[in-house]
Amino acid sequence: MHGRVKVKTTAQQEEEKRKEREKKLKIYVAARDACFSKRKDAVFDDEALQLTQQLLSSNPDFATLWNYRREILTHLETVKDEDEVQKIYEAELSFLESCLKVNPKSYGSWHHRGWVSARLPRPAWTRELSLCDRCLSLDDRNFHCWDYRRMVVKMSDVPVKQELEFTDRLIGSNFSNYSSWHYRSTLLPLLHPESAERPSQRGDPPHSPSPPCPQTHSHRVCEEQLLKEYELVQNAFFTDPNDQSAWFYYRWLLGRAEREEMISCVYVSREEERVAVAFSRPVNARSGVLLLVLDGQPQRVEWRSVHPHFKHSPVWICDLPPGTISDITNEHNLTVHWTEKHAHRDCALYTGRSESWCRDTATDLELFRSELSVEKTSVLQSELQSVNQLQELEPLNKWCLLTIILLMRALDPLGYEKETLAHFQTLKEVDSMRSAYYGDLCSKFMIENTILKMEYAEVRVFSISDRNLTTLCHLDQLLLVTHINLSSNQLRRLPPQFAMLQCLEVVEADNNSIENLEGVYHLPKLEEVSLKNNQISTPADLQPLASCPKLKRLDLRGNPVTQTANVESELAELLPSVTDLLL
Amino acid sequence: MAAEDLPSDFDIVILGTGLAESVVAAACSRVGQRVLHLDRRSYYAANWASFTFNGLLTWIQEQNEETKPEEVKDWSSLMEEGEELIHLSNSDSASITNVQVFNYTSEEEDDTQSADASNTTEEEKAADEDAVKESSETESADSKEEEEAGAAEEQTEGEEPEAEQPLPSSPSNQSKPARKKVSYAQLVKEGRRFNIDLVSKLLFSRGSLVDLLIKSNVSRYAEFKNVTRILTYRHGNVEQVPCSRADVFASRQLSVVEKRKLMRFLTSCMEETEEQTAYNGRPYLEFLRDQQLGESLQHFLLHSIAMVTEDTPTEEGLASTRHFLRCLGRYGNTPFLFPVYGLGEIPQCFCRMSAVFGGIYCLRHSVHCLIVDKDTNRCKAVIDSRGQRISCSHVVVENSYLDADRKQMAPPPRYLSRAVLITDSSVLPSDSDQQISVVTVPPGAAGGPAVKMVELCSSSMTCIPGTHLVHLTCQSVGSAHEDLSPLVTRMFRTTESQNEDQRPSVLWCLFFNMADGSTLEVKGHQLPSNVYVCCGPDGGLGHEHAVKQAESIFQKILPEEEFCPPAPNPEDIIYDGESSSAVDQDLQEESRGPDQDQNQENQNQENQPEE
Repeated sequence: MHGRVKVKTTAQQEEEKRKEREKKLKIYVAARDACFSKRKDAVFDDEALQLTQQLLSSNPDFATLWNYRREILTHLETVKDEDEVQKIYEAELSFLESCLKVNPKSYGSWHHRGWVSARLPRPAWTRELSLCDRCLSLDDRNFHCWDYRRMVVKMSDVPVKQELEFTDRLIGSNFSNYSSWHYRSTLLPLLHPESAERPSQRGDPPHSPSPPCPQTHSHRVCEEQLLKEYELVQNAFFTDPNDQSAWFYYRWLLGRAEREEMISCVYVSREEERVAVAFSRPVNARSGVLLLVLDGQPQRVEWRSVHPHFKHSPVWICDLPPGTISDITNEHNLTVHWTEKHAHRDCALYTGRSESWCRDTATDLELFRSELSVEKTSVLQSELQSVNQLQELEPLNKWCLLTIILLMRALDPLGYEKETLAHFQTLKEVDSMRSAYYGDLCSKFMIENTILKMEYAEVRVFSISDRNLTTLCHLDQLLLVTHINLSSNQLRRLPPQFAMLQCLEVVEADNNSIENLEGVYHLPKLEEVSLKNNQISTPADLQPLASCPKLKRLDLRGNPVTQTANVESELAELLPSVTDLLL
Repeated sequence: MAAEDLPSDFDIVILGTGLAESVVAAACSRVGQRVLHLDRRSYYAANWASFTFNGLLTWIQEQNEETKPEEVKDWSSLMEEGEELIHLSNSDSASITNVQVFNYTSEEEDDTQSADASNTTEEEKAADEDAVKESSETESADSKEEEEAGAAEEQTEGEEPEAEQPLPSSPSNQSKPARKKVSYAQLVKEGRRFNIDLVSKLLFSRGSLVDLLIKSNVSRYAEFKNVTRILTYRHGNVEQVPCSRADVFASRQLSVVEKRKLMRFLTSCMEETEEQTAYNGRPYLEFLRDQQLGESLQHFLLHSIAMVTEDTPTEEGLASTRHFLRCLGRYGNTPFLFPVYGLGEIPQCFCRMSAVFGGIYCLRHSVHCLIVDKDTNRCKAVIDSRGQRISCSHVVVENSYLDADRKQMAPPPRYLSRAVLITDSSVLPSDSDQQISVVTVPPGAAGGPAVKMVELCSSSMTCIPGTHLVHLTCQSVGSAHEDLSPLVTRMFRTTESQNEDQRPSVLWCLFFNMADGSTLEVKGHQLPSNVYVCCGPDGGLGHEHAVKQAESIFQKILPEEEFCPPAPNPEDIIYDGESSSAVDQDLQEESRGPDQDQNQENQNQENQPEE
């Protein structure tokens, strides 16, 4: 047709492309073979550099070739002078830049770049930093680049403040970025450390990102900065409440410091001649890190965790040599030393007393509350107000609901109990996929509340019935409890941690779905267990009870196990101490 | 063009190189039609053109020149039996009026020209007054307002003559603020670095022009920059309009609750709901109010995002809002692109495409008359300005080529008021001085109609470093100067003030009115059925009007053919014997060849509107 432009047909184009590809493949294979044979012969010359470069620029993920290249370069370092080495490495960096343009997420290229940068005689970290910035502006979630950037920052001592501004910038352009928020959470404690414990650091932020000893560092941020962060993150979740990254950061902000490592309780029982020690976190006390001093005399005792399942446990027990404290007319002074942490706790067992303890309570430690100072509590209150405002606008947003719950707990766990329960109900409805998670979380909070109530009442009775509990936790806090009532919940087991209730005498756990009693294990004072209407199905399930020497009364009515043949005789054999068996 | 004659036979003759005509030319050449594309002007793109500073001064001069009366020649020797002539106009006297120039630079080298230019010819003024007679009532209402607006207004009125012919010892020469003044000599000397558009438009990222550029591969001939900010003029201040997620997050003017409400509205309005349809026919503002959106959010949504007026019906307002939002995020944080080197590039890109596919181009070359077959009422041929008869099957003609008497059939045209300012700083200074901003000024904010303002920075290659180029556009009520100068004097400094005035200074400015292409009736010219009229630029911010027009003309000419299918890559074109791409000399000299552009494109890929 006149005037029409003649264009190659698709078939023609395909054919040309195919030929092109074949040609390329031939060259590639030839170069690869040449490289391999050179490496075998340990040839480290310029030609090898060129060959690997040719191959890597079309396929930067060929790890063997990068290795060969590094061998060549280390060899060249030994034969060239510094200026030449500098030049070689600079050429290497610009070659790598072209590789990263082909594939900005190539493991090989980024790793090699890190290697080269570290070996460069006169490193140019500013250039590297700006390369990272360029890469991140193209893809702010390129984790290879984030990794490399962290290395560059570390090597070049970039001021923390500058890095914080960098995260400001990235969050400003797209706040849906976990990397930036997380980076922020590592920078803030360095730049604005919590002041109460370390007043010396205030106003003199450390300029290198080397933190003080990580063991003692609290990872907390001073209140003033914390408030600014609240504002920033609030802007993010009001803008897009469905974006998780901001909410996660907010949870970090609201989070508590790790508890100080300490001995939180020492309990001694005259009758069992036994000492129980509770720690602020699970420890392994088997290996001689605990020292028991009785009336000034170090004792050789064997520490064990409450259940063979635990290598690490917050509660450890030991038996004193028979007769050491059995005489009720004697007064004794105990000290437990935690040699590793230079911590210790004393406990006095007075004349006429059968048991004694010394401890910090959950209420003393404000274990389940915010750590903010009293005047800043008003700030938390206004946080709650604004999140409530968001909830009014977005009544079904799960992140919002969950955050309200967390804020309420930080402020006044008991006062907000009713609202918390209502919000959990909504959460289970709007996010049914996670209803079990919310159930467990709600259980945890209800247990915390019950612990608080118990301690305010100064009793040793823990009663939490009809609360939809799905799980048990904080059992280390119940070391001294003598009576526990868990009736009418949704528990399926009494877990191994249950064995931490060393003073327990009576268990009521009627109307649950308990099928497993693992945790009712070596409880020295346990006398009475009521398990009406549960799911105990075989006599073997009751095996753990056999380890409780004082068990007298056992109520198993309404359990499948009662239907088994010979159940009575089997149980009599298994649990000889039980005199009162209800089936 | 060499002095040799043109071929005497074409499929399509196109007069005028504006956007719509150029798109038709490209589309027709692309499917194998022989296209002759002429423009009587010495530059491409007609009223869509971009000029260097000096080019613009020449253009201003041309607008003020008397058009020579046309010699009526006898063309009967070129005619056959049964044919009649339609004479075309040889000048465009009506589309541009009320040209006024003000120069505020300190050193004056050429004040005669600006003084001349500002004395608009009386005829033009009279013509304009006719055109706007209808709106005289509103005008008087406005003038009252203006009086009330008070001293600021009067002051400028008083100072204008002075500004036009500044005295050598004007106070500006003494107390110099920190800002370095750009002199007039510098504007002239570096004039080549300006690209000043006659129309002020932007490309919606998902608008029909971007789609067309991508689809046709014409995008390879141009580069684009993102508009970086959407601003608005409110309570006498310039504010940034938060429209993307990042903007809303970073905004300091909005409370967190407002942020949520805005984001929620922006997300929810994308889908049509019953609640929305209940508001059909009722004002959009009412709808916004009932969404519990506060005053500032209403302002942003109505004036800056939907860019409609208070009485626009809800369905229309929502459609504009959705269009804006759909365009967000495709190329950046605002919905707009701007072509580097100015809007005049776009028609030229399509011409280039047409030339690559065999279109023949002549500037300073026109057509005297159309030869019409009386029986069929179809145009058989044209007689060009050299007296050559060129036969053709279709004629596409820009509106201004038609004689005034033919246009009287149409309703009197409406006008756009335009102002072009060269300023020394941005209306909203920020960290970077390289921002391209859209500023929406709602009606009444400065006592005038709604104004769309586009502020360009030097990296858009439209002005020299240290200056900004500001385009203002509104529907005419009075002359461009009457409509726009109140806003200019509010937002900018036109005189030297010693105090802490942070407003940008105007160095030079131009006012003119341009016929609004969207109000020129395409039909009703009583033209032969194979003659199609393109009207010039419309007042809209996007290019939808021109693209739609071009497509509909193309479909009338070639109903069976595809409109602008993708052009093949240069390496896939087979060149055999005679070169199939007879690119016109003019175009080759004047513009970069397509291959060169290809290279440039590769270097600037991020800015290319390609998917």
